[in-house]
Amino acid sequence: MSFADIQKRAIAEWDALRHGPTPGILVGAGTCGRAAGAEAVLAEIDRELTQRNIDAIVMQVGCVGLCYAEPLVDIIKPGRPRICYGNVTPEIVAQLIEDYLVKGNPRSDLALGTIGHGVVDGIPNLFELPMLKSQVRIVLHNCGFINPTNINHYIACGGYSGLVKALDMKPEQIIEEIKRSGLRGRGGAGFPTGQKWEFCRKSPGKEKYIICNADEGDPGAFMNRSLLEGDPYSVLEGMLIGARAIGAKVGYIYCRAEYPLALERLRIALEKLEEYRLIGDNILDSDFSFHLKIKEGAGAFVCGEETALMASIEGKRGMPRSRPPFPAVSGLWGKPTNINNVETWASVAIIMQKGADWYANYGTEGSKGTKTFSLAGKVERTGLIEVPFGMTMRQIICEIGGGILAGKRFKAVQTGGPSGGCLPSDFLDTPIDYDSLTSAGSIMGSGGIVVMDEDTCMVDVARFFLSFVQLESCGKCIPCRWGTKQMLDILEDITNGRGKPVDIELLQELAQSVKDGSLCGLGQTAPNPVLTSIRYFRDEYRAHIEEKRCPALVCNALISYYIDPEKCQGCMICLRACPAGAIKGGKRVVHVIDQDKCTKCGNCLNVCPPRFGAVIKTSGEKPAIPEEPVPIGFAGNTDAGQQ
Amino acid sequence: MGGYFEDAYFKAVSRETVNSECEMANPSGAQGTQALLAEQGTIVEERLNEILSSYEGREDELIPILQQVQQGFGYLPEPALKKIAKFLKLPASTVFGVGTFYAQFKLVPSGRNIIKVCRGTACHVRGATGILGEVKRQLGIGPGESTPDLEYSLEAIACFGSCALAPVVVIGHNVYGRMTPARVKEVLGNVGGEK
Repeated sequence: MSFADIQKRAIAEWDALRHGPTPGILVGAGTCGRAAGAEAVLAEIDRELTQRNIDAIVMQVGCVGLCYAEPLVDIIKPGRPRICYGNVTPEIVAQLIEDYLVKGNPRSDLALGTIGHGVVDGIPNLFELPMLKSQVRIVLHNCGFINPTNINHYIACGGYSGLVKALDMKPEQIIEEIKRSGLRGRGGAGFPTGQKWEFCRKSPGKEKYIICNADEGDPGAFMNRSLLEGDPYSVLEGMLIGARAIGAKVGYIYCRAEYPLALERLRIALEKLEEYRLIGDNILDSDFSFHLKIKEGAGAFVCGEETALMASIEGKRGMPRSRPPFPAVSGLWGKPTNINNVETWASVAIIMQKGADWYANYGTEGSKGTKTFSLAGKVERTGLIEVPFGMTMRQIICEIGGGILAGKRFKAVQTGGPSGGCLPSDFLDTPIDYDSLTSAGSIMGSGGIVVMDEDTCMVDVARFFLSFVQLESCGKCIPCRWGTKQMLDILEDITNGRGKPVDIELLQELAQSVKDGSLCGLGQTAPNPVLTSIRYFRDEYRAHIEEKRCPALVCNALISYYIDPEKCQGCMICLRACPAGAIKGGKRVVHVIDQDKCTKCGNCLNVCPPRFGAVIKTSGEKPAIPEEPVPIGFAGNTDAGQQ
Repeated sequence: MGGYFEDAYFKAVSRETVNSECEMANPSGAQGTQALLAEQGTIVEERLNEILSSYEGREDELIPILQQVQQGFGYLPEPALKKIAKFLKLPASTVFGVGTFYAQFKLVPSGRNIIKVCRGTACHVRGATGILGEVKRQLGIGPGESTPDLEYSLEAIACFGSCALAPVVVIGHNVYGRMTPARVKEVLGNVGGEK
C-alpha cells in the first residue's frame, strides 16, 4: 500500500470518530490521569454504558496538560463540539452519561471547555482558558487529542508526511532544513541539532547509530514522559528522519524504567510501524532501512549523560567517560553516534511536516521554536505546558499557572532540576531562553519548573538536591563523589542547627572544586542549587547559622510546637494523636507539649480543630506559655504567662 | 568480589530467606542453611535456563537479563548472577558491578508489596517528607528495609514524573496522587486487602 492510501484510510477512521454517528468518550489516561483516578472513571464509563446499553467509542488519550484538573473526560456527541470535563469522579461519570449523552444537557457546570468548531452555551473554548491561552502547542499538539496507540490517528493529523518528505530529500538537504529551523537540543545543553547531525554524518564509518534519550531523570520534570505517553509516533518519526539524514541503520530509545506506560506505548507504536512498513528494511519501498530497539533503563540518574547512557546500552555500569572523542566520532561500540532528547526528536518531525521557516517564526533570535515545561510545586494550576521561547517566568507562573497556591507569597522558581538553580522574584520578568537562564546561574535543563512559596526553606531545598546528586554520583571523579558528600554534611549541619559562620564560604569553595574537578555534567552542575540559593537567599542561610532559626519553619531541628493557652479548649484530640506521648493535659485543661519528648511530627497541628487553631509552630523563639497543664481560663495567672 | 559471593551475599540472603526455616529443622544452623541454599540453587537454575534461552549471550544483554531475573525472582539470587556471568562470558565481578550500580536491582528479597514514596522536587516541596514519615510509622521500617514477615518493603524513589499530582506514592502499578499523611493508612489498607 502506498503512503497516500495509508493516509486516506487513516483520515477516514479519524473523521468517523470526530463526525460519525457514534458518540465518543475520551479519557486522559496518562500516568497523571491514572494517579488522579482515571482508571476508576474508565471502569465506571464501561459499567454505565453497558447498563444503559449505549453504543459509544471509549478511548484512552494522553495528557492535554491540565494536570491540575485530572481526571479529564472529553465527550464527543454527534453534531456538537467536543466538550472537556475536569475533576471527573465515577459519580460525575454517571451524571454526564445520564444528563449529556442521554438527555442532551451539556452540564456547563462541570465542563472546562469546548474543543473544535461550534459553540455551546455557557462553556468557553478550551483554548481560551487562562492556562491554555498563551501557550503555543506545537510539539504537544496531538497530546490528549489522539489515541496514542492508534497510528491512524497520528497519520490523519499529518504524521509521517515529514518522513515521506525526507525520503525525497538528500541527507544534506534534511540537515540544512533542521539547521535553518534553528532547533537546539531540548535535553538541556541546547546544542544546535542540525550541526550535531552534520558532525555525525561527516564522521567516517559505515555503521552509525542514533539514540533517543528518554532517561528523564530530573526530579520535577515530566515533559518527556507525557510526550511519549501521549504521542509516541512523533518521536519515532523524528528518529526516522534523523536516521535518514545521518546515515544510521540502527537506533535505540533509552527510556527509564520508572515510566512503564511510556515504555508500553513505545512498544505498541513500534509494532504498528512494522505493520505499516514504516520501519525496517526498505521503508515505503525506498532504499532507506532503519531498525529501532527499546532499552529500558535500570535506575541511574547519571545515565542521562550521553556517554554514561551509551555505556548502559552496552551493558556496562553507566559511568561517563571523558570527551573528546565525542559520540559523533566514537560513540556506541566505538561507532559514530548521535543522541537527542525526546522533545528534540518530536520537534524534528513537526519541522519536516510544516517547514523550517514556519518553525523559526516562533521563539527568540538565539532560541527558536517552543519549549515544553512541566509546571509543578506550589502553583495553582500544575501541568504540562508549551510556550515559545522569550516568554517570561511571570507569565508562566501567574497567567498559565494561575499564581501561587492558596494565595501565598512567591519565593523562588527552580529550573533545570539538580543541575539548575533557584531564582528569586527579580528574575520573574526576564524572557526565558537558554542564555538568560544560564546567566542567572541556573540552566534551561530539560524543562522542569518547580515553584516555591514562602513555606519553602531554601537551605532545605539545597540540602535536598545535594542529597540527590550525592546518591546519584557514579563515583568515578573524587571531587564529585566526596565533594558532594562534604557539601551535604555541611548543609545537614546548617539545617540541624550546628552551622558555623565559615560554612557559607566553605560551601562556595567546595562547590568550585566539584565544578572544576568533575568529568561530566552531573558533577559540573551539582553545586548549582547551592550556589544560587546562597547568591539569592543568603539571609536564610544566616538565619539558620547565626540565629538557629528556620524562617520558613521547615527544618525540623530548628522548629518547636507549642499550645496557645488562650486558645486551647482542652479537647484532648492532639493528646490522643501524639505518637510520642509528649502532650500532657486533660479534659478542659490547657495542654502542654513536653519539648524533650516531642518528635516534631506535626500531628498536633494537623488535628487541632481549625476553629481552635491552638497549636503554634515557631522557630527561634519560645512563646510565653505555662510549663504545666492548667485549667482553661487560668493560663493568664501563671508565672510563665506573665513573662 | 569473591568475598561478596562467598560471604557477604551468603549472610545477606540466607538471613532474610532461609534462616528461620533452617533453625527449626536444624538448630545448629549453618549446615542446614547451606543445604537449603543448594536446593534453592537448583530451582534458580531451572528457572534461569528458561530466561537465558531467549538471549544470545552478548554483553549488551546483561541489563535486560538482570531485569528479567529480578522480575522473576523479586531479587538477584547469587547462583543466578554466577550463571549469568558464565553465560555472557563475563567476570562475575562485572555482573556484580552492574547489579549494584543500578537502583533497580536488589540483592536481597523484597517484600511482597513494595511501597514507593516519591522524593522528587515537586513532591518534596509539597510535603513528601511527611508522607514518608507516616509510611515509616505505619510500617515500622525505613527506606530500603522490609518488614520481618516480608509483607512490605519501603523505597524512597527519585522521581516518578507525576509531579503535577505531588506528593505521590506508587504501589505496584497503582499511582496514588495528591497524597496526604491521613490518606497513607487508607492506601496501605488497600494493598493489604488485595493480596
